[in-house]
Amino acid sequence: MRRRVLPGLPLALGITLVYVAIIVVLPLAALVFKAASLGPEDYWRIISSDRAVASYRVTVTCALVATVFNLFFGMALAWVLVRYRFPGRRLVDALVDLPFALPTAVAGIALTTLFATNGWFGGPLSLIGIKVAYTPLGIMVAMSFTSIPFIVRTVQPVLEELDPALEEAGQTLGASDLSIFTTVILPLLTPALLAGVSLSFARSLGEFGAIIFIAGNQPFSTEITALLAFIRLEEYDYPASAAIASVMLLTAFVMLAITNLMQARALRYTARG
Amino acid sequence: MKIRLDNVVKEFETFRAVHGVSLDIESGELVALLGPSGSGKTTILRMVAGLEYADAGAIYFGTENATDIPVRDRGVGFVFQHYALFPHMTVGENIAFGMKVSKVKRSPQAIAERVKELLDLVQLSGLKDRFPGQISGGQRQRVALARALAVDPRVLLLDEPFGALDANVRRDLRRWLRKIHDELGITTLFVTHDQEEALDLADRVVILNKGRIVQEGTPEAVCRNPADAFVMNFLGDANRLDADIRGGKAYVEDIAFDADGIADGGGEILFRPADVTWREDGQGIAAKIVRVIDRPDSRRVLAMTGNGQPVEFDTAPEFPHRKGEAGFLQIRRPRVYAAA
Repeated sequence: MRRRVLPGLPLALGITLVYVAIIVVLPLAALVFKAASLGPEDYWRIISSDRAVASYRVTVTCALVATVFNLFFGMALAWVLVRYRFPGRRLVDALVDLPFALPTAVAGIALTTLFATNGWFGGPLSLIGIKVAYTPLGIMVAMSFTSIPFIVRTVQPVLEELDPALEEAGQTLGASDLSIFTTVILPLLTPALLAGVSLSFARSLGEFGAIIFIAGNQPFSTEITALLAFIRLEEYDYPASAAIASVMLLTAFVMLAITNLMQARALRYTARG
Repeated sequence: MKIRLDNVVKEFETFRAVHGVSLDIESGELVALLGPSGSGKTTILRMVAGLEYADAGAIYFGTENATDIPVRDRGVGFVFQHYALFPHMTVGENIAFGMKVSKVKRSPQAIAERVKELLDLVQLSGLKDRFPGQISGGQRQRVALARALAVDPRVLLLDEPFGALDANVRRDLRRWLRKIHDELGITTLFVTHDQEEALDLADRVVILNKGRIVQEGTPEAVCRNPADAFVMNFLGDANRLDADIRGGKAYVEDIAFDADGIADGGGEILFRPADVTWREDGQGIAAKIVRVIDRPDSRRVLAMTGNGQPVEFDTAPEFPHRKGEAGFLQIRRPRVYAAA
């Protein structure tokens, strides 16, 4: 074998592959295996049942809205944290990670308390006819709460590394602040934004703990796919649960593939040659 | 466009970067701001560009007071030290950027034509569709220059334009920039810490130290007549010996040098390594050779004077003397300054 400068490849690779196999691939394989124990007709019947389709619609719609909201708000948050110096900046910076650290059930209960019609936010909102808790809006709130750190934390380092001279160059060339933002800053942030968006969206699709408290969980209107899979599990209908879960798995794969392609496109200027 | 700085001051939070600098730059002139880091040269350039605002004083473009005109309306072309090309745009798109965002609307054909013209000017015609990451440093700097020239600036400002490049590329680009300047006749101000670059390129050199102008003049004037020991040292290798000044003469170990008009007291004489002759006997400052260093076209001799001050000088490659030999130093063209 050729001598290597960096030692330990066989050992490190071996451990890594075993880990990936046991922790990631094996459960997924079990899921696919379980789902495959259904015949194609049963499988199709389960995943295309009205209740399941309604749950996909609720989950995907809410996740999309939450992600778009996070895209703007998360970018604004990252911008403020990087570009401005103000008292309490470090505190805000630390708070961004809170949704990661907090048990999602705690987040769900706290959000429900706040947004219930007798809560601090829910009360005033119900006066103007907006109901959050136990509606799809509540699902969106829970999703955006749990996934906002993904956008902030992917955009923040890129923004920090952005050479201020690029913006100054734009200014000396006569560009307005808006056109510098849209033609210089935004394209350079796009790969990071895409990465953040895909993570945020994936997390929103899979979020469970925070949502079930605030959603109300009415089939056909506020029941998310993850909950439906859980309900089938509780009914000991393992194949049906696996079938529904496999749809979520496929969605996640397709979405990650799409964002990877988009990212590669946005980064094509870094190619050498 | 004539530029005039009138008593310009800039303070940063902790220190004063520029102390009351006044400077006139004639239309079409190529002027170098030369100084060590922290001398305020880049701050002055950025104030002329409008990237920093002066805390006091005024900057005029021609007769117009430009002090408070925002950078985007000032009509300057700025070339950044690290190019600051937009990495996600091709060379052609970078050059076109200023024309596209301009309030003066141009047709796409007009922009394409101008881009082609500028690429020809900077001799990069084949690279229009490359990204900045795919071309060399010297090429990037030329693209940066083309981009700055695209908006027909009134003034061209360059911040350490060749600072990040290899020595060979620097020399070529320097000559080439001079050629472009002579073709376009645009008023140009550039910042450098490299005295060779400033002397090579500029019509006039402005030497700065600690936020003040210490000397300005043609390369010839500053080389032949350095205003003080700082300028003398900064422009090139210099030896320094302590001297006593008495009655218009500077004495170094009983050897007298002319020191007209310098008050009696402590002083120093400075001289270039090329202005020393080694004598085995006769008049001169007694010294002993400490080391001989060989160079392709000369020998550099390190010597120590009788009272222990080091002197370096250059000789022909045939210089026969060796370490440990004693002799005398004869000094030509000494510059005498009162002690700082």
